[in-house]
Amino acid sequence: MRHIISLLMENEAGALSRVAGLFSARGYNIESLSVAPTEDPTLSRMTLVTTGSDEVIEQVTKQLNKLIEVVKVIDLVDGNHIERELMLVKIKAIGADRDEIKRLVDIFRGAIIDVTDRSYTIELTGTSSKLDAFLENIESSAVLETVRTGASGIGRGDWVLRV
Amino acid sequence: MSVELTGAEITIRCLQEEGVECIFGYPGGAVLFIYDELFKQDQVRHILVRHEQAAVHAADGYARSSNKVGVALVTSGPGVTNAVTGIATAYMDSIPLVIISGQVPTNAIGLDAFQEVDTVGITRPCVKHNFLVSDISELAVTMKKAFYIASTGRPGPVLVDIPKDVTQQKTVFDYPDKLSMRSYNPVVKGNAKQIKKAVDLILGAKRPVVYTGGGVILSDAAKLLTELTKMLNYPCTNTLMGLGGFPATDKQFIGMLGMHGTYEANMAMQYCDVLIAVGARFDDRVIGNPKHFSNENRKIIHIDIDPSSISKRVKVDVPIVGNVPDVLKELIRLLKDTEGEPDQNALREWWNQIDLWRARDCLKYDRASSIIKPQMVVEKLYEVTKGDAFITSDVGQHQMWAAQFYKFDKPRRWINSGGLGTMGFGMPAAMGVQLANPKAKVACVTGEASIQMCIQELSTCKQYKLPLKIVNLNNRYMGMVRQWQEFFHGNRYSESYMDALPDFIKLAESYGHVGMKIEQPEDIEGALKEAFRLKDRLVFLDFMTDQTENVFPMVPGGKGLSEMILV
Repeated sequence: MRHIISLLMENEAGALSRVAGLFSARGYNIESLSVAPTEDPTLSRMTLVTTGSDEVIEQVTKQLNKLIEVVKVIDLVDGNHIERELMLVKIKAIGADRDEIKRLVDIFRGAIIDVTDRSYTIELTGTSSKLDAFLENIESSAVLETVRTGASGIGRGDWVLRV
Repeated sequence: MSVELTGAEITIRCLQEEGVECIFGYPGGAVLFIYDELFKQDQVRHILVRHEQAAVHAADGYARSSNKVGVALVTSGPGVTNAVTGIATAYMDSIPLVIISGQVPTNAIGLDAFQEVDTVGITRPCVKHNFLVSDISELAVTMKKAFYIASTGRPGPVLVDIPKDVTQQKTVFDYPDKLSMRSYNPVVKGNAKQIKKAVDLILGAKRPVVYTGGGVILSDAAKLLTELTKMLNYPCTNTLMGLGGFPATDKQFIGMLGMHGTYEANMAMQYCDVLIAVGARFDDRVIGNPKHFSNENRKIIHIDIDPSSISKRVKVDVPIVGNVPDVLKELIRLLKDTEGEPDQNALREWWNQIDLWRARDCLKYDRASSIIKPQMVVEKLYEVTKGDAFITSDVGQHQMWAAQFYKFDKPRRWINSGGLGTMGFGMPAAMGVQLANPKAKVACVTGEASIQMCIQELSTCKQYKLPLKIVNLNNRYMGMVRQWQEFFHGNRYSESYMDALPDFIKLAESYGHVGMKIEQPEDIEGALKEAFRLKDRLVFLDFMTDQTENVFPMVPGGKGLSEMILV
């Protein structure tokens, strides 16, 4: 099953490599990983998307908690949460396709942020599966380049991850 | 105005503040300023090893035998890479160490400088934590954190990498009294509800087993564990790392369990209905195949300070995360306050069953043999030292025989590389043990293959007059490799024969030690007695043992605990 592990850690050099190293050393999957400092510059927030059985995910969270620089770990899938990922995608857009692509971008509530006479660059935000769905609707040979941030997530309502 | 100290002075002052009396190391370019400061003081004693691996093993033996943090000091580059085996050994066995490594100056880091390696990167997977001190203002607090992290929670090695320029810069020295780290707060007390549940399970048991590991030794919980086990009259088994956690001469002790555990311990483990696991981690050498282990129905109580050790390989019913002595104290208190008591009839039946298993006499060997049996050497060592020596070992058959035949009644007396299985550990570890316990009898049970992996330390032993007794069970084979090749690889002894062995007697003598060669079973006892009579000399006892002897019982890899090969 897919899990979204969200964690706070000390914003120190090497902290990211400890997390990445843990996953590779113990053979856990990383589907995506995104990290940036929080409003408190001494803390970084990381979102990790991973898959595994309940036993594996239990070990993943325990092992993450064991890292000295990790302050808190939650699995967002344990409760109601919102998940967003940003994608920038450059698409070949010539002739009649230009209108078609623009309509699709509107349907997915994206934005065209750069235009040439041969291409559109589109910004799209949503769950990872929504971004996948958008790409599935574009002929693959038309996709020139995609950049995705990986998912980040936050708990709904009063569910807060902070120190 | 306060006096400013250099980074090198601060490093030594931190060691003094931590009460460190003895460190193990080897100098080199990046640590010259630190060595200069060591020279100017006499509070911290430095032991010069002959290889950095030995520095860490010696600090490790020092820590294991004394419950103090062991400290090693190595230079950058090869100093660190040589130390890695020692660090990984300590990490696998959860030994509290602080390793100080030199690093090239900060402005040279990343430029492939002479003797530069990414120390923090190389050691990251085998330390509890590591630091690169890039600013002298962080040095003292980093040292404080290193000692704190190494010695609390589940202990482990912590490395502090100090660039050479940081050891030269100056700042005011201020050693913090206390630390608080928001990201590191090890638990102590176990959850009260869980402990209550454990009490109910314990009292309801019909076929109980107490199974304990290195956690009992590391947390100094042997007395409490013994008290609990005695008040219940339950059978107790120890892992390789847990020997000495419960007195081996007590009738409730059913021996070591696992791959080379006793028949009775493995059978009891497999067929118990309530398992009380304390400071142990159900590793592959202990329970064999986890699926086979789970075929039998039993309830498991698991007490451990590390939550990630719980339900890792075996699902448990009552997990208790906490410091072992704290949890045991609470368990004992609750058991004393509770009206109920174990079902004595069931317990009697269970003991009868265990005695039947015991009667199988799984550790028997040919005592009348005209060739020296390695088991007999260990038995005689036990008798001659009256069971009161510190025994270190290397890795292989001799390690298993030492674990099986030396009866450890006290914790911290059995010192071996259980997790990583590091050949070359024994002698340097014994040096650390001897330095931590200057008056104690210290023996290293080893083999002719293992001993050669750190043989250079005979020189260190000479320099510091360490009167170790090296008990070399010399079968002219890498015995354990040979055993596996005999059992599982059609007797094809691929590269397991130790050809061109040195004359160990002459070798020992060339270092200024005493060497003895023992070839007859009737000479074993006399030689050992003579060796221990030479109180202030290192004696290298080279026992020519039976080349074909195997370690029994044996649970082959991938098999279940009840599927032992018996002699």
